[in-house]
Amino acid sequence: MSENQYTYAVARIRSKELGLLNNQFLEQLLAAKSYGECLKLLADKGWGGDEHLTAEEILMREREKTWSLIGELVDDLSVFDVFLYANDYHNLKAAIKLVCSGQEEHGNIFLSQATIPPEQVLEAVRTHAFGDLPEHMRETAQEAFESLLHTKDGQLCDLIVDRGALDAIHQTGKQATNELLRLYAEITVAAADIKIAVRAQKTGKPLDLIKRALAPCDTLDVDRLAYAAVGGVDAICAYLEGTSYADAVPELKTSPSAFERWCDNLLIRKIKPQQYNAFTIGPLAAYILARENEIKTVRIILSGKLNHLSEESIRERLREMYV
Amino acid sequence: MGLTFALLGAALAALLAGIGSAKGVGLAGQAAAGLVTEDPSQFGKALVLQLLPGTQGIYGLLVAFLTMSQIGIIGNPVEVSTLKGLLYLIACLPIAIVGLLSAIHQGKTSVASIGVIAKKPDQFGKAMIFPAMVETYAILALLVSILAVFGVNGLNL
Repeated sequence: MSENQYTYAVARIRSKELGLLNNQFLEQLLAAKSYGECLKLLADKGWGGDEHLTAEEILMREREKTWSLIGELVDDLSVFDVFLYANDYHNLKAAIKLVCSGQEEHGNIFLSQATIPPEQVLEAVRTHAFGDLPEHMRETAQEAFESLLHTKDGQLCDLIVDRGALDAIHQTGKQATNELLRLYAEITVAAADIKIAVRAQKTGKPLDLIKRALAPCDTLDVDRLAYAAVGGVDAICAYLEGTSYADAVPELKTSPSAFERWCDNLLIRKIKPQQYNAFTIGPLAAYILARENEIKTVRIILSGKLNHLSEESIRERLREMYV
Repeated sequence: MGLTFALLGAALAALLAGIGSAKGVGLAGQAAAGLVTEDPSQFGKALVLQLLPGTQGIYGLLVAFLTMSQIGIIGNPVEVSTLKGLLYLIACLPIAIVGLLSAIHQGKTSVASIGVIAKKPDQFGKAMIFPAMVETYAILALLVSILAVFGVNGLNL
């Protein structure tokens, strides 16, 4: 594939990057006196517009805008599947629980930005036609469905689906030709594994269940991580000290949300050089991640304002911005 | 035989430098189109950056034209010995090869500079310097080719 294939797209993305939220704007949002004032500031930036949308609708619309732009720029969106697998598997989880509980669909529990339409996932689960799902999802879907049907254990079902999602992300990342996509997959899977290990340690999960939940990745030895999770949080930290995630240990000791913030910031720092790349698909992938990051950050600020959290309390949860 | 070698040199100068310019201008044109899609007011600046890699093609044409006029393809026919023909061929090579490569690289630099004006339109002057620097080497090659073509003409071989 020619490295110049995305020259037009990257030039458009360069212009679009001017519209990304920067730290200065986040400070303005933080300084806003109320939730309503935040929405007004966002509307001035083109988020939401004149219509009376809820915060969640505004964020959903922004995500749709991103994918609509990327759809214009790239003929084959499958190169970005790795970003959407989490949504696919979320939809699978929702479909399995809906079918097994025998309930009718109420409200929108499915995510629209996915590689396969949520209706197709629901139909496949409802008719037990797992062969209609993408190959990477079939086995996971069947196993999770049967597990929930026979054991009624929702947590086990979640574990199977989450592991399937991580495996799919890892596999797709390994096959990606672009360095940024590989990096995204690796950081996503490794961060998820660390979070799973910490959560499992806190809830006292047995070793075999932890091993089942952890997805293999290149920067972590999941067997050692699983044993460390059984040993305690200090054992997890001791293991991580010897990995490329050593810097995350203090954050991990602070809180799971501090660790999550560290992971998000790490990814943003890794993608920042794409601002100076005039070719390849890297800047497009970086733009998608930057938009996801700002949507996440705006959600944190809005929910903080809605719940009347202090400015400082919201600030310490904020992510670094791409621009 | 001398005429064949000399004409081959002229053809290479026009061909290779022209191919390089077509690639460079095409590449920069894609980026310019991307920028103008988002901000049509940048058309003028983007056009200048797109045109920069086009000069190598003109240089190649100039050297080809000069060579053809010296060997009588254009104008009065003259006798060209094999050695002289080979020397004309060699004289054309600098602009042919440097023209090809510098135009492609200048195109890539123009793409990067279009990225600069996409984000900072007021920095057009600085952005234009970067691809213009690549031009230096095309001009040097042009100079060598022109001097060599005229020099060969003066030789009594």
